[in-house]
Amino acid sequence: MRDADFFRRWLDAAAAAVEREADRLTELDSPIGDADHGSNLLRGFVAVRAALAGADASAPPGALLQLAGRTLISTVGGASGPLYGTLLRRTGKELGEAAEVSDEQVREALDAGVDAVARLGGAAPGDKTMLDALVPGVAALATSYADAADAADAGAVATTPMLARKGRASYLGERSIGHQDPGATSSALLLRALADAAGGAA
Amino acid sequence: MSAGPVVGIVLVSHSAAVAESVAELARGLAAGGAVAPVAPAGGTVDGGLGTSAELVLAAAASVDRGAGVALLTDLGSSVLTVKALLEDEELPAGSRLVDAPFLEGAVAAVVAASAGAPLDAVAAAAAEAYDYRKA
Repeated sequence: MRDADFFRRWLDAAAAAVEREADRLTELDSPIGDADHGSNLLRGFVAVRAALAGADASAPPGALLQLAGRTLISTVGGASGPLYGTLLRRTGKELGEAAEVSDEQVREALDAGVDAVARLGGAAPGDKTMLDALVPGVAALATSYADAADAADAGAVATTPMLARKGRASYLGERSIGHQDPGATSSALLLRALADAAGGAA
Repeated sequence: MSAGPVVGIVLVSHSAAVAESVAELARGLAAGGAVAPVAPAGGTVDGGLGTSAELVLAAAASVDRGAGVALLTDLGSSVLTVKALLEDEELPAGSRLVDAPFLEGAVAAVVAASAGAPLDAVAAAAAEAYDYRKA
């Protein structure tokens, strides 16, 4: 079973990964986006860390994820704010008030979270978005957290030859081809952080 | 204008200057009587380009007269932020994201709301701005 501390470790690892990779995310966002993905997410996850530090020590997993999601919606300033915010908030709502949740519940909740992201953005796998890492990543959660991280990494790399169909990159048409999607890349970081929190084990 | 409460309009843009200017234009073109409340919500809290959920919430609260709030957005994060706030029912009751071109829709929405139109009619007037061909 996974308790609130597991989810705190996940979000803390995600914040550390965004801190470490912020420059790279912004670099990926330069040719096809507006060169702010790293700095936007960094602002968001710094705020998430502060919000979680201030959260009640007895807050259950679902409440922590909803708090983190709401914080991202408030602080990121770009499209990744409402998208990642919706992912965490919906996942948190699915987990409800339980103090501990099973890995199967985590997987089902994240699945609902990814569905909510797809609905919000109107995107599907293959559009060169976050979903290209999240969808295969969450599917591989059925095996293990480490497999989910690997599948999300592979999904992010696989966005390179894709033509962007959503967001600012889509305005570039064929010139969006040949660049790895920054949103898929940060999504892979998020699932790698989850595997780190789980200690790399299922 | 009817005696009942009027629909409020919120204009959400990546740029504070764009949101404020479009609000000013829409108010100016609607003038001739009482004008419906219009609030811009542009840019980030620190004045940069982007969308601020807090500015959107404050703008919506400031124009809510109980007849609903029509939110018009430019693109990307402004659309997604409003949708995310609606999803969690954080905006005033009767708030609606209106599918319309930003500037033309804003003018149509403010004119309709100022004439006392209910939210459905305000949204329809704004959406009809898509049908106006320029060439």
